[in-house]
Amino acid sequence: MSGHWPRAVRGDAQGRSGRSSVVGSLGGDGVGSLGREPSKPREHTPLLRTSGLVKTYRTDGVTVEAVRGIDIDLDAGEFVAIMGPSGSGKSTLLHVLGGLEPATRGEIWLRGQRVDGLSTAGWAVLRRRQIGFVFQFFNLLSNMTVADNVELPALLAGASARQARKRREELLGELGLADKANAAPARLSGGEQQRVALARALANEPSLLLADEPTGNLDSSNTRDVLRLLRRTHDAGQAILMVTHDARVASLADRVINLFDGMVADDAKVVPIPRGVNAVRDVLELRG
Amino acid sequence: MRQPLLALLAKEPAHGYELKLALEQTFGQAYPSPNIGQVYVTLKRLEQDGLVCSQDVEQTTRPNKRVYELTPAGRKALSAWVDEPSDGPRIRDDFFIKLILAPQAGLADQMALINKQRRHYLGLMRRLSELQADTDPADTPARLLIEGAILHLQADLDWLERCQEELV
Repeated sequence: MSGHWPRAVRGDAQGRSGRSSVVGSLGGDGVGSLGREPSKPREHTPLLRTSGLVKTYRTDGVTVEAVRGIDIDLDAGEFVAIMGPSGSGKSTLLHVLGGLEPATRGEIWLRGQRVDGLSTAGWAVLRRRQIGFVFQFFNLLSNMTVADNVELPALLAGASARQARKRREELLGELGLADKANAAPARLSGGEQQRVALARALANEPSLLLADEPTGNLDSSNTRDVLRLLRRTHDAGQAILMVTHDARVASLADRVINLFDGMVADDAKVVPIPRGVNAVRDVLELRG
Repeated sequence: MRQPLLALLAKEPAHGYELKLALEQTFGQAYPSPNIGQVYVTLKRLEQDGLVCSQDVEQTTRPNKRVYELTPAGRKALSAWVDEPSDGPRIRDDFFIKLILAPQAGLADQMALINKQRRHYLGLMRRLSELQADTDPADTPARLLIEGAILHLQADLDWLERCQEELV
């Protein structure tokens, strides 16, 4: 039970605690939870909360409502996937939550603090300290080495050169990229570049990792690698909110939110089919 | 069950239990393990149809075992099976019928049906991903079988999304 978070609390101690209950309720529950709403204890402060979030675009005098009133809660340590048809508002939602685009209406709360009214500079600080971002096309700085790409966020956040280097070595080691530290990003495969992007996003131990189609541009073996890493950082307590159209990717999350027409159509925990069941036969039966 | 047994016997004569083991080892844990009784019944029928023949082989420490062998007619039947194109897997359309007919009868809401089905598919997908992670990468037939199931399930989910877009 994480209780109320004092505003002054920084770092990740809070984020790493309330985790076990989420893991504990996964899978042990069988198939009985179909149709039940995900439990949302209201007495504690979620890591992220949106309330009546709306995003409209105006182009050529036409107003397009991309996000039309979204209420979601994300707890510390939770791994949530956002799915939905193209045009359902998934990426817009993620961009608004990361402050890359301003919300039109509604509220965004991060760790008990209202952030939707922040200035561009305020959001930049938040992204440096609290929110990590991974994109489909990696967005690495091409004129810097892999090591510098990963160290930069820590340096910008005020870490010493020594601290930044230590964290970078840790992360690249963990992600199997220690030998690529001095390479230019362009020399790396797509999967490696995405792992570097992940290292960069995790450099400042953000309380929330936002990922926009992180495997959308990868082949299946690189997808597996990146997913394994996401899963591992999640197991270590990292909260992740990930937009994906790939059901294989989404099925690894604790919870899947389905958007439709800019609204939440479904929000439910992923309940794995029990191990004893032959899942292959449920989909594909060999004959002959 | 008939054709797989014929195909295994085309490689070498074998007894029933060896055939069951060979199927399990080839297709891995993703393949539903064949019932030994079913293997024996199928072998008996294949023998009645003249596609295999058998003889008892004496064993010193164990009871005799019956070893089966492909006959020329069996080899011909097997070749015919191998040569003909196979139908694709048939889609189980139980859900689609439900989706179209149940709302018409006022029994259910289409969005709720689609959501429930998607949750089920995602749970199945999670299980298949776990199975894939547990499978030795060197075990190619088993790996491909799981991947086949994943791709079919992905198509089911895509279809579900199309239904949602058109019907809801």
